[in-house]
Amino acid sequence: MNIHAGRMQTAAETALTELYVAKMGALPGNPDVAAARDLAVDALKTLGLPTRRIESWHYTDLRLLLRAIPAGSEGQSELVKALVKGASVLTLEEGNATGGNAGAGVTVTRIAAKLEDGSFAKALVARGTDDAIGQINTALVSDGYHLDIADGTEATSPIEVQFAADQDSHTRLAIKAGKGAKATIIERHTGGDAFVSAVTHLTVDDGAEITLIVDQERGPSAVHLGQLNAWVGKDAKLIVFVMNSGGKLVRQEVHVAVKGEGSDFKLRGINLVGGDAHIDVTMTLTHEVPNTTSTEVIRNVVTGRGHGVFQGQIKVFPGAQKTDAKMACNTLLLSDEGEFSTKPELEIFADDVQCGHGATVREVEPQHLFYLMARGIPEAVARGLLVKAFVAEIIEELEDEALVEALEERLQDWLEANA
Amino acid sequence: MLEIRNLHARIAGTETEIIRGLNLTVKAGEVAAIMGPNGSGKSTLSYILAGRSDYEVTEGEILYNGESILEMDPAERASKGIFLAFQYPMEIPGVATLEFLKVAMNAQRKARGEEEMKISDFIRTVKEAAASLEIDFNMLKRPLNVGFSGGEKKRAEILQMKLLQPKLCILDETDSGLDIDALKIVADGVNSLRSPDRAVLVITHYQRLLDHIVPDTVHVLYKGQVIKSGDKSLALHLEENGYADVIEEAA
Repeated sequence: MNIHAGRMQTAAETALTELYVAKMGALPGNPDVAAARDLAVDALKTLGLPTRRIESWHYTDLRLLLRAIPAGSEGQSELVKALVKGASVLTLEEGNATGGNAGAGVTVTRIAAKLEDGSFAKALVARGTDDAIGQINTALVSDGYHLDIADGTEATSPIEVQFAADQDSHTRLAIKAGKGAKATIIERHTGGDAFVSAVTHLTVDDGAEITLIVDQERGPSAVHLGQLNAWVGKDAKLIVFVMNSGGKLVRQEVHVAVKGEGSDFKLRGINLVGGDAHIDVTMTLTHEVPNTTSTEVIRNVVTGRGHGVFQGQIKVFPGAQKTDAKMACNTLLLSDEGEFSTKPELEIFADDVQCGHGATVREVEPQHLFYLMARGIPEAVARGLLVKAFVAEIIEELEDEALVEALEERLQDWLEANA
Repeated sequence: MLEIRNLHARIAGTETEIIRGLNLTVKAGEVAAIMGPNGSGKSTLSYILAGRSDYEVTEGEILYNGESILEMDPAERASKGIFLAFQYPMEIPGVATLEFLKVAMNAQRKARGEEEMKISDFIRTVKEAAASLEIDFNMLKRPLNVGFSGGEKKRAEILQMKLLQPKLCILDETDSGLDIDALKIVADGVNSLRSPDRAVLVITHYQRLLDHIVPDTVHVLYKGQVIKSGDKSLALHLEENGYADVIEEAA
């Protein structure tokens, strides 16, 4: 049955289908993969891009916001210097893996190869009927990396995967962190005004400690659709740190299933929303077993006519006793025309748990401003210090000082250009 | 140095007048104590001098070295040498104390047309000043006033004062929340700044602080006016007899 039959396709929807038709001959994949792609394209055709009527897309009406597929910037994307000196770097340019290394104990396989031999077909299943990002990515994915981090590996320097794109780019990253492995992985999204989908699957095995940084710093007209799917094992620790400082239309989904007892998940998010950008971070988190903890802290700075969104949904499964989950979303609104929408959602099916959430939207604290000015710091400088401090507090939680410094520099650049 | 003439002020946006025709003159080199019962307008006066926008001056004038400061924002006043040691210093998460000190010192130098400090000079200056106030240098790596005890906050205020070398120092109830040892350290810090070209305005409830920072003049503030002025013996009189007879005498 197709209840949407006869619905007018938007220009972007038509362009998406055309993009698929134009590319399909060159896209890698065995028949299973090709079947998954067709399924995704059919779903996109029948359902269309999600609108505000789809609950998980309520604040990001993709049908309305994605007017056209960005044409991309002139020329070829350029690789940039690694965020942290000494990092192992793997590169992707315009959606194609172009090499690098991930350090000792990490086996790297190209996703293109896994699409060709069909071993990646089962990873191309949609999350549900509202999974537009998964569908777009499945239809168009060309390449990416599969990182297999061996049990007990302790990476001494971060692994940076650079996703450089000036044209359209649809990639996958699959990370399997073995038992007791420790690593920091940086997803670095750079380049100009590309149309991008980037989907990551991350499995954190028992006792592993993984930090994943998603640093999105694309051009001011870029469309970036990101999705992380993570599974956390017993006594494991996962920190997901999302920093959005670029893009025109950005949605980063973070879907985490906490599946092993004694584990801890942290989400830290920074959204710097300026100009007429629309930046959405949407999290779903399931605490599925007893004795697990999570904290989510999102800090946003909104200027100009920017619109920021955070949706955080925490589900505590029946029997997942002693779950401790705390979520906070704080926004500094620096302009009259800026906007931030936040929706926390708790669904708790166990009785012995601690869950809480809070959200604030405010301007710079006048008393703090007065205190700094009373020491001779001019108003503009004092405001800058306070805005930076509001965000830097989250960055400084990271243990790697070089990483803290690099992200603060990124923050400073954004503030100088926007605030 | 400071001349306040017939000052009237209220909380911005309200009709509540707190300062009602206040007159006060403080000369360079002078230490002036302002005393008065709760609600007499002491803290309000300190905020107005520093330029806090929650208060609105409706009448009168504040001259600092002969120049009106009413149109200046707090940063301009500070760079001209006015310093308020806060009764309740603000906790500012995310701003490291050292970073704040560096930005403040360099902002004031810039306003005076001087070069920025070299990092090595800055660190040495801060270390020396911190040691004299028995402040652990490592504490200054923490966010500004966050997690500092009451005494540590007050000492940090005096540290800022020593580093910024203001010309008019206003101490708003700096003694509140200090034990006797901390009080001595703070008082020594203030006394070390006494000089013929600098004035100090000490706002306090109690004589206690004035045993350590001995004032040249004492002024009693009541209902937004100075109702009596005298020398240090006035403070001792108040300590013994309370404010009742002074208020009665003025009425």
